[in-house]
Amino acid sequence: MAERTLARPAHIVQAVPWWQRRSVRRKATTIVATIIALIGAVVVMIPFVWMISTSLKTKFTALQLPPQWIPRPPHWENYPDALTFLPFHLFFRNTFMYATLTAFGETLSCSLVAYGFARLRAPGKNVLFLIVLGTLMLPYQVTMIPQYVLFKILGWIDTWKPLIVPTFFGSAYLIFLLRQFYMSIHQDIVDAARIDGCSYFDIWWRIFAPLSRPALMTVAILSFMYHWNDYLGPLIYLSTTEKLPVSVGLANFTAAYGGTPWHWLMAASVTAVTPLIIIFFFMQRYFIQGIVITGVKG
Amino acid sequence: MRLIPKSKLARREALWFYAFISPWLIGFLIFTLYPIIASAYFSLTIYDIVRAPRWTGLGNYAELVHDKLFWQSLKVTFYYTFLAVPLTTVAALSLAQLLNQRVPFLGVFRTVYYLPSIVTGVAVALLWQWILNPEFGLVNYLLYAVFRIHGPGWFYDKAWAIPSYVLMSLWGLGAPLIIYLAALQNVPTELYEAAELDGAGPWKRFRHITIPMISPVILFNVIVGIIGSFQVFTQIYVITQGRGGPHYASLVYVLYLFQNAFRNFRMGYASAQAWILFWVIFGLTILALRVSRSHVYYESPGENI
Repeated sequence: MAERTLARPAHIVQAVPWWQRRSVRRKATTIVATIIALIGAVVVMIPFVWMISTSLKTKFTALQLPPQWIPRPPHWENYPDALTFLPFHLFFRNTFMYATLTAFGETLSCSLVAYGFARLRAPGKNVLFLIVLGTLMLPYQVTMIPQYVLFKILGWIDTWKPLIVPTFFGSAYLIFLLRQFYMSIHQDIVDAARIDGCSYFDIWWRIFAPLSRPALMTVAILSFMYHWNDYLGPLIYLSTTEKLPVSVGLANFTAAYGGTPWHWLMAASVTAVTPLIIIFFFMQRYFIQGIVITGVKG
Repeated sequence: MRLIPKSKLARREALWFYAFISPWLIGFLIFTLYPIIASAYFSLTIYDIVRAPRWTGLGNYAELVHDKLFWQSLKVTFYYTFLAVPLTTVAALSLAQLLNQRVPFLGVFRTVYYLPSIVTGVAVALLWQWILNPEFGLVNYLLYAVFRIHGPGWFYDKAWAIPSYVLMSLWGLGAPLIIYLAALQNVPTELYEAAELDGAGPWKRFRHITIPMISPVILFNVIVGIIGSFQVFTQIYVITQGRGGPHYASLVYVLYLFQNAFRNFRMGYASAQAWILFWVIFGLTILALRVSRSHVYYESPGENI
């Protein structure tokens, strides 16, 4: 603001005490806000620190009060010990395959469907899109039981099929999200491609897919993270230990051990969340964009 | 509406449209529409998967009315929702407002606050079970070390169980926080400048500009929060090992539904529960939309979805 930097007559400047000046008040607000935000950030991080700290203790020092924040010596062997107590290498492989496949399936199918809804005209389109939105209101619990019965008839219980196959048919939430992105791509490009003889499929594959890479990335990450954390689905469909994902494996830890081995449990938990945190740090931009778009444009 | 378009070009486009949406369409028929119909039918039968469903009419619903645990689960879920949703909304909005004060390192703060929301699920449940452990947990230790207070039994105490889960859910307020922050940054600054010239203080500006301008986003988060709270399951299942204890104090709706469906194999009974859940969520969403109609401001008319 230019007018504030202009020299003013001395008596006006002195009429307002310094602590009431706008620039000073602004600065004070920023400082106070930063301090509160900093305290909040520390509080938010403490559980993580506690988790990592416990993961490096012995069974007995984990229960010690006051807690030893930096374990001396750090027991790194907790990690291999915890991860071999149950077949975690299998759990991780299962989870990774599951999350990757479902993220791929959902991104591919949602991209196709969203393109149709965003850019093509057809009778019945609006009614169908309202149904897509309507299914967002339907709790999973309503369709859960008949789906279970269906997969039981197909002989798919205790396999990964019931968890993976449906994702190749899209998810209403991600279709909606991608459609919002696709709506914003300029029609001129599409018209030019049409004149050059592109089919609708070419337009999707050569124009929409490359132009919406950030959006597709967002959808893939959201899907990956959702399935990485998923618990209810695998809990219902899987029973053989070797087939479990990390989530169910972790939850079974206590029962398998008899008593709670906190140091091991925390080591396994740290390992379980590390891939997500790494992905989050690399993909932050896309990820936060996705959250914002779902919430604000919703 | 004409079902078959007149021109050849439009017909071709319509065909492509149906080809593109066919994954969703097929998936919808198999994994949503058919299950909806089947679930409605199951809810009127006695069904244990092994034997064919036996018709009982409204028998399941009649039994639910007299089922004490059903009412308990409904009560617990309402309690959880009406504690968690307002608290999350107020806390996330205040934090967003705080971070909107031109705080330096905004990116870092955003990341830190958001971090807990990406690790939801079992790992978080186990972590909080440890932090709120009555004997060796961090919170009770700090309560004693700082205030000389003996902390409660948290998840293991009838009165504290639900507040404990709410406390734990507050840790994950990063998702609504980021949405609020984005919304706040979209409010035109001219409005604030104009209000300041008219002598409006910070509170008045917040109350009469910020809140109305971001009200659609608040509404969105509240509705998503209600729907999510009514379906809360994983944390409680993991921490109480599927029981909803102590003394059914944390037997949330979906947990009781799960027990009936997959432990007692009463699929018909659980289907009836699922339908009641649907109507409760539907009713609350409509209610939230109604209440907000006179309070929510939309920039362009008709932008209600």
